[in-house]
Parts: sequence; C-alpha cells; structure tokens
Amino acid sequence: MNPLWLGLVLTAVKLVVVLAALLTMAAYMVWVERRLLARMQLRLGPNRVGWFGLLQPLADVIKMLAKEDTVPAQADRWVFLLAPAVTACMALLTFAVVPFGPPLSLFGQEVPMVVSDLNIGVLFFLGLSSLGVYGVALGGWASSSKFALMGAVRGLAQLISYELSMSLALVPVLMLAGSFSLSDIVAAQAEVPFVVYAPVSFAIFLVSILAESRRTPFDLPEAESELVAGYHTEYSGMRFGLYFVGEYINMIVLGALTTVLFLGGWHGPWLPGLAWFLLKVGALAFFFIWVRGTLPRLRYDQVMHLGWKVLLPLALVNLLVTAGILLGVRA
Amino acid sequence: MTLWRSIRGTLAALGVTLKAIFRRPATIPYPEVKRVPAPRYRARIVLTRDPRGGERCVACHLCSAACPVNCISMQAAEGPDGRRYAAWFRINFSRCIFCGLCAEACPTLAIQMTPDYELCRRDPLELVFEKEDLLVEDGGKDRDYDFYRHAGIGVAQARGEGSEEEPPADVRSLLP
Repeated sequence: MNPLWLGLVLTAVKLVVVLAALLTMAAYMVWVERRLLARMQLRLGPNRVGWFGLLQPLADVIKMLAKEDTVPAQADRWVFLLAPAVTACMALLTFAVVPFGPPLSLFGQEVPMVVSDLNIGVLFFLGLSSLGVYGVALGGWASSSKFALMGAVRGLAQLISYELSMSLALVPVLMLAGSFSLSDIVAAQAEVPFVVYAPVSFAIFLVSILAESRRTPFDLPEAESELVAGYHTEYSGMRFGLYFVGEYINMIVLGALTTVLFLGGWHGPWLPGLAWFLLKVGALAFFFIWVRGTLPRLRYDQVMHLGWKVLLPLALVNLLVTAGILLGVRA
Repeated sequence: MTLWRSIRGTLAALGVTLKAIFRRPATIPYPEVKRVPAPRYRARIVLTRDPRGGERCVACHLCSAACPVNCISMQAAEGPDGRRYAAWFRINFSRCIFCGLCAEACPTLAIQMTPDYELCRRDPLELVFEKEDLLVEDGGKDRDYDFYRHAGIGVAQARGEGSEEEPPADVRSLLP
C-alpha cells in the first residue's frame, strides 16, 4: 500500500472512530446528566431501562425515531427541515481540530491523534461556534411561532454578548503558545497547563462557553418556563432529537476545547494520554451539569450586562496585562 | 462588595448541590418498595359490620349526600324486624376523591376509609364497587360500637332498653 492510500484509510478510520465515540458519549451524557441532576435533587433519575437505566439513551432514540415528524403549516418548510442539522453538524465539525491523544506510531508512520491538524484551529472553532447559532436562529425563524422566534432572537442577542469576550479570552493563550494550531497549543502545555499562567482567561472562557452551550444559567433561547421550549418549540421526533443531541455534543466539544486550551490537553503524569484527555473532559462535563443543577437562569438584560459590562472589559484588561508581562519576560 | 457577595453566594450554592449528590435520595422505588401509610390514611372505602356480625349500614343516604363528587348511591330497604338496610350499595371509585366526608357523615360508623391505596384497574367499570365488594367481616376502627344499642327505637330492643336510654316516662304521673 502506498503512503497516500494508507493516509486516506487512516483518516477514514479516525473519522469513523471519533464520530462513533462522540455520538455515544453524547448519548450517555444525557443519561449521566439526568442521573446526576436527580441526585442533586434527592431523586433517583432514570433507572428502569436496563441496569441502572443504562439503556435509557437507546430507548429515547427509538422513541424519537418512532414519533411523527411534524412541520407547522405556516413554517418555512425547507429551512425548518434543515435547521436542526446545522447545530449538530457545527458541533461535530468542531471536534475535527481537537487533538485527543499523543501521536501514535502505526505501520511505520507517525499518526497524529487529531482528525485534521489545521494551522488555524482556534479560528476554525470560533467560526463554527458562531455558525452553530444559525441552527437556533433559522429554526426559530422558520417555525413562524412567536415563542420560537423569541428564542431565536435571544440566541442571537446572547451570541453577540458572549462571543467577543470568549475570543478575547483566547488571545493570551495564543500569545503564550505562539500558534493558532491546537496541537501546538497542547505541545506548549507539556510542562505547565495554561490555566496556571492565565487564570482570568480561563474564568472568562469558562463563563463564555457556559453561554455558548446554551445551558442553564444562560438557557435564554430555550427558557422552558417562559418560552415553552424556545427555538425548538415546534420541532418533534428526531428533528428535536438532533437539537437535543447537538446540545450534548456541543457540551463535550466545549469541554474538550477547554481541556486543550487551558488544562494541558492529553498531558498528565502516570496515565496514558487518552485517559487524561477523557478524564479532563469528563470533569468539565460534570462541572457543566453541576452548574445546571445549581444556578437559576439569568434574566435577558443580566446576560447582556454580564457580557458587555463585565466580561468584555475584564477580557481586554486581562489581554493587556498578559501581553505586558509576556513582553517583560521575553525581553 | 456586591461582587464578593455574588461570588460567595454562587460558591455556597454549588456546595449545597455537591453535598446533595452524596445524600440518600428521598425517592421510594414504588413497585419494589411499598410505602406503608398511616393507619388513618384515606384510601379504599369499606362497609364494616357491628360486633354481632350484622351490617352497620342503615341506608340513611347521609354519605351520598355528603359526597362532593356524587360517587355513592344506594337503595334503602327494610327488614322484617323493621331494621333498615341497603338493598344495594355502590361506590364508583373512578370518581371518588378520597376526601373522607362520607366516613365523617356516617352515624353508624358503617362506611370507613382504609389505607389500601392500590386501586388501579384496566377497565374503569371494574372500579365500580358493589355492596359485596365493599362489605368486610370486621368492625373496622371502632369494633365495639353498635348503633342499635344506642338508638333505633323499637328495632333491636324494646323502647327504653338501649344502653344510654331511660325507661319511657309515664305521662300521667307527670301531671301537676
């Protein structure tokens, strides 16, 4: 086999493995979240389907596939049908640039444990995270329902209030690593993870990805107590399921990105690289669930206030201070 | 100051939920573990018997009058000894709200509530209980109570022979 074919086959294998692992993890994230949330509220959670309810995700998928796929009469039909795919696809695509383990030696070839080692990985992630909100916006718009539209508008308003601070919080990391490639960023954290050098960046980024994941303290686009279900009010069956799974894929992907950017990626003592990576992502996912089980939803104006008046100035000052210190240290 | 308060408040809340994970869930996994309700729990209604084994119900209709959802119906009849009883007695448990007003209204303690809460049937018509379904061979909560020993003039015993009765006064001896 010549190297070109070998490369192609290896890439295909990596794609399939990553996709399967990501989807399985997302499905079980639902189970983990429901069990953990239940325990936080002194309940038991799903424990009927299979051992400890472990087959619950499977039962949910079967249920959602069996449901009728309805389209509202007034809806913008094609946009309505395609919008859920946008959210899920963008979340899945982001994982393409995340390195999840140390390079492997196979068939005399160095195989990097990343689907695509883009040299602008961080920009790719930022671009896709902005595109991901199109799923929300288009789905809400195409439903032609007032609740869905309100959810979509809120999703967009939320995007512009957290996105700037999220990008700015990443700049110190880029300055520290001196590269846009996520593999280089991980390599730069072989000794000390960046959370030690840039704790403020880490805090801002953490709050921003909570907003990016559209989960409880920032679940304005869904807001089930105000907007029925927000942007996916009119969706049923597997199209709703796609939004739902997209949210959990997004949670894992954002956890993976935080791991790669701040927590040293797959670097760690004693355990193999992949185990460290999964451990860190799991810890962050637990943090996401924990925050959801604890904090109430912020009001619409409070999110804007937090984004524009607190996080953005903080990120700018943090950027200046980090740049100054780096300049002093490297000079 | 406000910022510090907000941060402290958030961290305290996170601590509470973290501690809750390790506490025992309050849920009772129902079909496997069945909760034992208090003896005075209000669930399935029964018709009890007096200490002599006779039916307590005198078909006075007070329970069906008290019932806010009209789930009790009956037909009164009279025995050869002049004692009233229910020819038929019917409770529709698919309507019953288990408020206990019927048991409160009953002068003979015939109708009583029991803690048997598992009243579930595939067919709603099976929830219509007839007299034979309702009657139990027991006195229920107050076993020694016997209505006809206190009242029911001239039915179970002659006038003035009830436990709290005085013999009938001779009207003529009361004349001035």
